[in-house]
Amino acid sequence: MGQAAAFWIMAVVIVGAALAVVFLRNVFRAALLLILCFIGVAGIYITLSADFLAAVQILVYVGAISVLIILAVMMTRGGMQTGNPSNKLRIPAVIVGAALLGILIYAVTTSTWSISMQEPLTDTTAPLATQLFSENGYILPVLIGATLLLAAILGAIVITRENPGNKENKK
Amino acid sequence: MNAVSYAAQAVPADWPGGYWWHWLFYTVVIIVFVLVMVMGAIYIERRGMGRMQLRYGPNRTGPFGLLQPVADALKVLLKENIVPNVADKIVHWLAPVIAFTPVLLIFAVIPFQNGALLTDLNIGILFIVAVSSISTVGVFMAGWGSGNKYSLLGAMRNVAAVVSYEIPMVLAIIGVVIFTGSLSTGAIVDAQDIPFILVQPLGFLIFFIAASAEINRSPFDLMEADSELTAGFHTEYSGMKFAMFYLVEYAEAIAMSAIITTIFLSGWRGPWLPPWLWFIIKTIIVFFVMVWTRATLPRVRIDQLMALAWKFLFPAAVINLFVSAIEVLVWPDISQWIFVGVNIAVAVIAIGVGTKMFKPGWGKVAV
Repeated sequence: MGQAAAFWIMAVVIVGAALAVVFLRNVFRAALLLILCFIGVAGIYITLSADFLAAVQILVYVGAISVLIILAVMMTRGGMQTGNPSNKLRIPAVIVGAALLGILIYAVTTSTWSISMQEPLTDTTAPLATQLFSENGYILPVLIGATLLLAAILGAIVITRENPGNKENKK
Repeated sequence: MNAVSYAAQAVPADWPGGYWWHWLFYTVVIIVFVLVMVMGAIYIERRGMGRMQLRYGPNRTGPFGLLQPVADALKVLLKENIVPNVADKIVHWLAPVIAFTPVLLIFAVIPFQNGALLTDLNIGILFIVAVSSISTVGVFMAGWGSGNKYSLLGAMRNVAAVVSYEIPMVLAIIGVVIFTGSLSTGAIVDAQDIPFILVQPLGFLIFFIAASAEINRSPFDLMEADSELTAGFHTEYSGMKFAMFYLVEYAEAIAMSAIITTIFLSGWRGPWLPPWLWFIIKTIIVFFVMVWTRATLPRVRIDQLMALAWKFLFPAAVINLFVSAIEVLVWPDISQWIFVGVNIAVAVIAIGVGTKMFKPGWGKVAV
């Protein structure tokens, strides 16, 4: 009963916030509502007994990614402040978006979801770590992911770095 | 009472009887604790800093000026609430609330005594890190919603500081977690037969510096540097809403002091005195050290702020993490006193080499 109530409150908040993110003209407010949406998702994780995942969701998505989005909005004041400028790709975008939504709804409603009847783990941190870092776990994908992120960071530095040689070429 | 009596009397998990009574009791306790401690902190800061700067500080209201925070609170609550015309009204109104809520949430997992806390989460310390990062959103909202360039600049400096200092801070906590083997705050206190300030001296220093930067304490308070930015993100706030930000500032300082007490100074543990009193004494001592640094050190520049985080704290935190991990993996059973000596030596070397980086001849930092 309590869990169902929590789920429906969270679900309404998430969907409402997500719709507002898409439809609001003010980009900063849209970013704030995106944060609300992320927090709602973290709440869903908590009702599913995934407490570690919920904390990481808040730490990464609210604490880091949203902060970067807001920083980008602040940096580009003026141009981005009043929402999404539209161009002639508007109608194709609507069609592609609607098609994707239809496919997703079809996939979610028709597939048979396997529901586990086991009691949820009370301490999820240690089993997660064992799965991620043990020898027959996911250590190789984790390492590959880390290398990929490092390469992305280095690439970002290389792209944004000022080249002292061609200063007059800029602008 | 003898020296070990603290461990004997663990408070049961749902004291005082029942889920909702537990919730109600600790919610009230946390709110009262935060408000009273903030009043005390403001008093300590103003009087203590006055003493350090060879002046009296406020000493007229009540005995020793003890009632000055009360008078200030009343004054600020009665002031007019001004909202700028160009402000984003809703964001401007919500910002203080969103900045304040996470600070209260932090205290949900801080043990005041053995077992005396709102909820002993399995992920306690991670919860603290995650929740305290929401506070930043309130600061942005204040900076953006005010529609003022000084507010915006203050908020942007805050982003830069928080994003940079969160990394060494979390790495310093991981050192503690490695020694404890648990993320729960209760288990962290239980594991501190030797306080972690001795086992993790480098981690403690990194955490203290990063925490000061994260909550805008001087010498890292350049997001509200009065001489450059008027008052930073809360320039356009007045009355009750300004009071909220003032409250957040000191409540965050108290929260960080309480976290440092819990994870580095063995929390409520101590001889003779009752455990909750030990907890409060240690929290006040940590806060006093923060006041002391504020009175001693000049404010850093923004480039120095970034350089300190990325060129000194981050490598030092990684070294601390590696040393701790090797110690726990290779010698899991020997006495922790050996690690105390080794880790103090590591800390001295790391700080010695690190400070060389900030001197003109060595290192690449332009002067």
